[in-house]
Amino acid sequence: MSEKRGSGKLEVTLPSDTEILMTRVFDAPRRLVFEAMTKAEYVRRWWCCMEGHTMTVCEIDLRVGGRYRYVTVGPHGEVAFNGVYQEIVPPERIVHSEFFEPHPDGIIVTMTLEERDGKTYYRSLIRAINKEQRDGIIASGMEGGADLALDYLERVAHSIDPARRADASPAAARG
Amino acid sequence: MNMERLDATFAALADPTRRAIVARLAKGEASVLELAEPFDMSQPAISKHIKVLERAGLIARSRDAQRRPCRLVVAPLREATDWLERYREMGEARFQKLDNLLEELKEKENRHVRKTR
Repeated sequence: MSEKRGSGKLEVTLPSDTEILMTRVFDAPRRLVFEAMTKAEYVRRWWCCMEGHTMTVCEIDLRVGGRYRYVTVGPHGEVAFNGVYQEIVPPERIVHSEFFEPHPDGIIVTMTLEERDGKTYYRSLIRAINKEQRDGIIASGMEGGADLALDYLERVAHSIDPARRADASPAAARG
Repeated sequence: MNMERLDATFAALADPTRRAIVARLAKGEASVLELAEPFDMSQPAISKHIKVLERAGLIARSRDAQRRPCRLVVAPLREATDWLERYREMGEARFQKLDNLLEELKEKENRHVRKTR
């Protein structure tokens, strides 16, 4: 596990019961990273990271009080996020809310970009309203991973025996 | 995935003394006395921490011997790190695509700089 973490670049830690902190270095100047993270035409190119999934909506109204909405569609349905920008300091800082539809409770994301020697140090602090919500966010990431495995299982099962497809429903892996 | 067990694991590891105990036990089993040694704490205080870790299923104690050494139970720890690791992998997959895009944007900019010179 530690070897894997060393070669992977994204660090995820839990600084408190209600927070998730993500840090990573990008080998590009800050203004390019900021652009790639805030222009819809660019976000469309990296947001959707799972095979068999496509991004159907990518709306960004980058101003304080402006809204964004990202929707991806995969084999098990639609996944949608939206939020409102609360603070924008290009190219170094964005604070926004984030709602995982259709859940009514949102989180607050504080993203900062720092540039040193042509590299950009990304830091994203996610604040949840309570521990349950924080843990739910991480669990949702797991479900995404499980989806991938299940898609594969489903294909394999189907190729062996079409009747077994029902066994590989996503609910089966979430218990 | 058992969320209650995860909660218990993270709650047990939320204390620096208990994390130090877990780190010590990762090197091999130890008695309560041995575990108490590096800490400026009474044996009952250490015993209390050990009970929390035991209840969370992170350590086990053998019954027979007089000194009842503690040892680490690895499975819940692995479950907890896997849980976070899966979340991390999702984010990393996304950011690797962003890396590719950034390379492209950098190249585009370099071409533009060369042209305008």
